[in-house]
Amino acid sequence: MLAVVWAGLIAFAVLAYVLLDGFDLGVGVLFAIERRDEDRDIMLNSIAPVWDGNETWLVFGGGGLFAVFPLAYAVILPALYPAIIAMLLALVFRGVGFEFRFRAVSPRGRMWWDRAICAGSTLAAFCQGLVLGGLLQGIRVQDRAYAGGWWDWLTGFTVLCGVAVVVGYTLQGACWLIWRCDGRLQQRARRYARALAVAMLGFIVAVSVWTPLLNSTFSERWFGWPGIALTSPVPILVALVALLFWRGLSRRHDLTPLLCAQAWFVLCYAGLGISLWPRIVPPDITIWDAAAPPSSQRFLLVGAVVLVPIILAYTGYAYWVFRGKVQPGMHYH
Amino acid sequence: MPGSDAVLMARAQFAFTIGFHIVLPAFTIGLASYLAVLEAMSLATGRQVYRDVFHYWLRVFAVVFGMGVVSGVVMAYEFGTNWARFADKAGPIVGPLMGYEVMTAFFLEAGFLGILLFGRQRVGRGVYFAATLLVAIGTLISAFWILAANSWMQTPQGYTMTPDGRFMPADWWQIIFNPSFPYRLVHMVIASYLSVAFVVGAVGAYHLRHDAQNQAARLMFSMAMWMAVVVAPIQILAGDQHGLNTRQYQPAKVAALEGDWETEPGTPLILFGMPNMAEERTNWAIAVPHLGALVLTHSWNGAVEGLKSFPPQDRPNSPVIFWAFRIMVGLGLLMAAIGVWAAWLRARGVLYQSRWLRYAVLAMAPSGFIALLSGWTVTEVGRQPFTVYGLLRTSDSASPIGVPGVEASLAALIVVYAIVFGTGLIFVLRLMRRPPTVGESGPQAGVPMRSAGITPAAALRDAP
Repeated sequence: MLAVVWAGLIAFAVLAYVLLDGFDLGVGVLFAIERRDEDRDIMLNSIAPVWDGNETWLVFGGGGLFAVFPLAYAVILPALYPAIIAMLLALVFRGVGFEFRFRAVSPRGRMWWDRAICAGSTLAAFCQGLVLGGLLQGIRVQDRAYAGGWWDWLTGFTVLCGVAVVVGYTLQGACWLIWRCDGRLQQRARRYARALAVAMLGFIVAVSVWTPLLNSTFSERWFGWPGIALTSPVPILVALVALLFWRGLSRRHDLTPLLCAQAWFVLCYAGLGISLWPRIVPPDITIWDAAAPPSSQRFLLVGAVVLVPIILAYTGYAYWVFRGKVQPGMHYH
Repeated sequence: MPGSDAVLMARAQFAFTIGFHIVLPAFTIGLASYLAVLEAMSLATGRQVYRDVFHYWLRVFAVVFGMGVVSGVVMAYEFGTNWARFADKAGPIVGPLMGYEVMTAFFLEAGFLGILLFGRQRVGRGVYFAATLLVAIGTLISAFWILAANSWMQTPQGYTMTPDGRFMPADWWQIIFNPSFPYRLVHMVIASYLSVAFVVGAVGAYHLRHDAQNQAARLMFSMAMWMAVVVAPIQILAGDQHGLNTRQYQPAKVAALEGDWETEPGTPLILFGMPNMAEERTNWAIAVPHLGALVLTHSWNGAVEGLKSFPPQDRPNSPVIFWAFRIMVGLGLLMAAIGVWAAWLRARGVLYQSRWLRYAVLAMAPSGFIALLSGWTVTEVGRQPFTVYGLLRTSDSASPIGVPGVEASLAALIVVYAIVFGTGLIFVLRLMRRPPTVGESGPQAGVPMRSAGITPAAALRDAP
């Protein structure tokens, strides 16, 4: 039971990360096509107040995994070693790029940090997709340790997941800009969102078709009884959200596209959960296999129960305070 | 199982990343407490200069804290990428301790950092001081958890072991308050304070060179010199106690850092020399008879176990920690000497006039951090060849990752850290080069900062 609570908490932290850091990584990716300095200023200012808090969920997820599911932590990270290291370095670059960009003295320096933000965001998103794909396709484990080779994780499937996550985050980023900007930038963001949403749906279909082929448990879950009772609503909801998304976009709603993009992520995440449960490292390790002893879980749970609600409340407050459109030349860091 | 080269590369990578990282939290721990003191003095005396110095260092604090967050993210994952078998075996104990550190840091960012950085105009003086104090306490709580984890790896207790060699927590109180923890915590916190004191002193000295009447620079210099004369000797005492504790629980570490091979009564103290692991002796040793016994056993004829009392495969690398230890002790003694010199000048009323003292303090600017890194080298390399002392070997802790992978990631880390933290250092130096002025303002508006964390809300209200 304790392991289930913790699995829920860590799953929640990862979802919070994907929903929150997703859009700000996406904004970074959009630097590739938004080249004017003033536009980039506005884009960054729209996420400046919140992005760091968003990223802390990644640390929470990693730290929590180490503490509560040490076996999963010890298997997943070595198995996906190059992808994880590349993701961390990309996040370092992007993170300091934010601060250094505004402190750079020369336009050249600024340009380089802009590139760091764009490349770092894209690489981090891509690597997160690789990690997702690598986890889904299963990790070979022997004697409680990763037993595969260097590049085992690098398959067509993981690359597909990598690109899918980049597209998905960029869609979130574009939708975020629709909500937080106006004028020309907002119009362009609408155009991007339209194209990206089509691509995103394509990738959802591709990944969903490929996943059940990876192993028989997944296909049983998705197409066998009683799994199908749980799984069939997922594609239906995805289609419904798509309807809402296009309606919102064509009626020039500000917030609807972002909420819909995030709803897609939640649905995909739910689908992922249905596929995996109760495994934390497919094909063999369940959350109970990976769990630390109850004493460790209980010890940390005390702190989590007190602190997580406070952190959530603060996050909500920060978003509330910074609501509204970002104007050119407006700074509120 | 990874070969010894792979383990060595993994160790190099961890040493590199944590060596970079540790400097930043040490800086924030010391600086946060310094800020709290300045704010308290400002409240108590009402003098403008305390507030000016406060705001001057607050800007530095913001940048340093931000870089610490960045390098901390890497640390949170490195236990899994490079030390997977350690993570699996010791995770049930070390993991929750680190988990508490992560949550504390979160809480700190969430609650009070925003007020500290941007809340000056928006909250009352009492609330502002409380926030400053809580940030300082928060950094100390972070240190508490990290050092509890580290100390448990040095002097493990309160655990049971499963047949397949995993550590299970039996008693959390014993795990946290393990024998070396109180000593390490005190030693590390004081080290952070001294490191910051010497940076602050050097910045004061730098600006006094140009303007001997600059009140803020005088205050920085004066406060730093008080720290040097009072705290450096305390640190030497604390280090001595830590050493006695180490001798009790990790005698091989003490033998290696002393370069002692034989166990004999009235152990000499080797001042300088070159320990030779292959020939089991210390070459070119300059030794003072009986002094080793006096320092380590506090008795004239005491005997300290030599390295030969430990099987060769259980000995830490003596040359490395022998020299690291001497660098640390040498710098500590220098700091205390500078403190005494400054106190003597102060008594004569010429503290701010001595050019030589200013140069000396300027030269000593990084001394605290160098001493701190040397100290960590002593304690971490001295724990080898174990990760959990005496129980889990380093060679049984590493991830099943081959040499090329660890090498490539280490190379990438070196390049990225050099660019990122090199630039960060330039920004910090730029902040420090600017002389403190009357009516200093805090962190610059319009520049996003990482340390604003998840409560930049405080920054908003009077934005243009």
